[in-house]
Amino acid sequence: MRPPSPSIPEKEFLFASLKASLRLDGRQPLQLRTPELTFGPELGWVECALGKTRVLAQVDAKMVKPPPERPFEGMVSIHSEISPIASPEYEFGRASEEEVTMTRMLDKVLRRSDTIDKESLCVIAGQRVWHVRLAIHCLSDEGNMLDCACLAGIVALRHFRRPEIEVVGDEVTIHDPTERAPIPLAIHHSPFCFTFAFFADTSIPPILDPSHLEQRLSAGLVSIALNAQREICVLQKLGGVPLAPDSILNLVEIAVSRAKELDRLVDDKLKVDWSGRRVEFR
Amino acid sequence: MGSRVEILNEGGFRSDGRRQYELREVTIDLSQQGQADGAAVITHGLTRVMVSVFGPREAKSRSQTIHDRANINVEVAISPFSAGERRKRSRGDKRILEMAATIKSTFEPVVQTTLYPRSQIDVFVQVLQQDGGLLQGCINATTLALVNAGIPLLDFVCAVSGGVYSTSPMLDLTLLEENDLPNLTVAVMPKTGKSTLVTMETRLHVDRFEEIFKLVCSASHALHQEMKDAVRVRTTSLVTAMGTTQSNVGGDTMMDES
Repeated sequence: MRPPSPSIPEKEFLFASLKASLRLDGRQPLQLRTPELTFGPELGWVECALGKTRVLAQVDAKMVKPPPERPFEGMVSIHSEISPIASPEYEFGRASEEEVTMTRMLDKVLRRSDTIDKESLCVIAGQRVWHVRLAIHCLSDEGNMLDCACLAGIVALRHFRRPEIEVVGDEVTIHDPTERAPIPLAIHHSPFCFTFAFFADTSIPPILDPSHLEQRLSAGLVSIALNAQREICVLQKLGGVPLAPDSILNLVEIAVSRAKELDRLVDDKLKVDWSGRRVEFR
Repeated sequence: MGSRVEILNEGGFRSDGRRQYELREVTIDLSQQGQADGAAVITHGLTRVMVSVFGPREAKSRSQTIHDRANINVEVAISPFSAGERRKRSRGDKRILEMAATIKSTFEPVVQTTLYPRSQIDVFVQVLQQDGGLLQGCINATTLALVNAGIPLLDFVCAVSGGVYSTSPMLDLTLLEENDLPNLTVAVMPKTGKSTLVTMETRLHVDRFEEIFKLVCSASHALHQEMKDAVRVRTTSLVTAMGTTQSNVGGDTMMDES
């Protein structure tokens, strides 16, 4: 059951303040909520929070037999589900429209843009490859869950380390992480997703990282996924208010600078976490 | 790799003999189809899409009615014989659901839905042949079918796809090109030049993106002309077909008045 739409005073207040470039949580129009990354005890377990939006991402890997058409490539799969835990407006069972968009977008950003080098996941061609599974759980929705999920996903992939293996002939030995240091996945680039919200009243400037209320009252979203090397991986504007080409190009430029900042932040966090972990060698 | 078809050869020609900025041949058929209120078949080269529009009519169920505007319901079906490899896609396929949602949200700001509260407009998209530019075909056919059904729109929606081969931008990609190149689809409302839809799913550098994006926007005007002509021809033929009765009615009223 969808909650009732925001009340008229709420709506008018939001629009009036946005017109004056003020946001209800005190941010600038193009300011991101600073992401908080919490790493779990295991490698590849990351909780990402943008304000009160929280997403948990977890990566694991296991050995499987590759499909005959791709004997040299490992497999990557992404499981994401929006359940009622995130917000009462989501239902169990049938995939909602948000869920379809999110699943597809995660698939495009993290899988189809060749984030992970799949050939490096091959152990014995045609016999054994790694299957990397990324599970994304949306814990709470306070707007812009997509960006949060993308960020959680990419950080989890970079945080994850798979066990070291040894191949002698056809024999594969998987070394326990306590025996030999696990090795990180080969990652080509880290795409970050940025969502901008637009409003029907064109005098309101576009805002980055909309909160739940802003998202509900917006008249269109543009999601841009790109990496710090200025490569756009996905650009998606599905319907909503028509935009002039120049304003879209402006947004791309803004996203480029934000991606660089975010990349630095993620690098730092990962470094701090890794230095705090004790890896034992025997 | 050696036997692969060259995407753009040294003479500046593509695998199907087109130049970089050339669109494929477009044919538009707006003839009546069965019970549909409006229908259109559009072909972009070897891509062929048929769209039938029903409505505005009463919604099937209460839950689908919106009190202040019409609900646009889009269903996409991809024929199993449409691609080189015969393959049946279920209706629950994520890719098809996404495409339907994309078409729906592209048209929501363009169709004047507020004129028909509590009703429903059904758009059935049937893909007959696919050779790249599927989304562009679907959007263009939907525009024409809506126009043909007499549903008030703010503007045409003209979609064009484009891609970049190393540094050379190209328009209207075939399947072969689409598989190898970063590509994007843009739907433009030609009167204002604003775009309702922009999608890109493959990696591309920002500077390249800017170039191809601007090119695609300007290419949509050529397509707009084509679509406008087709609608005009269809309407003219309908008017001439009605011409005899029209003048009779006109004559009668004239006599009554005099």
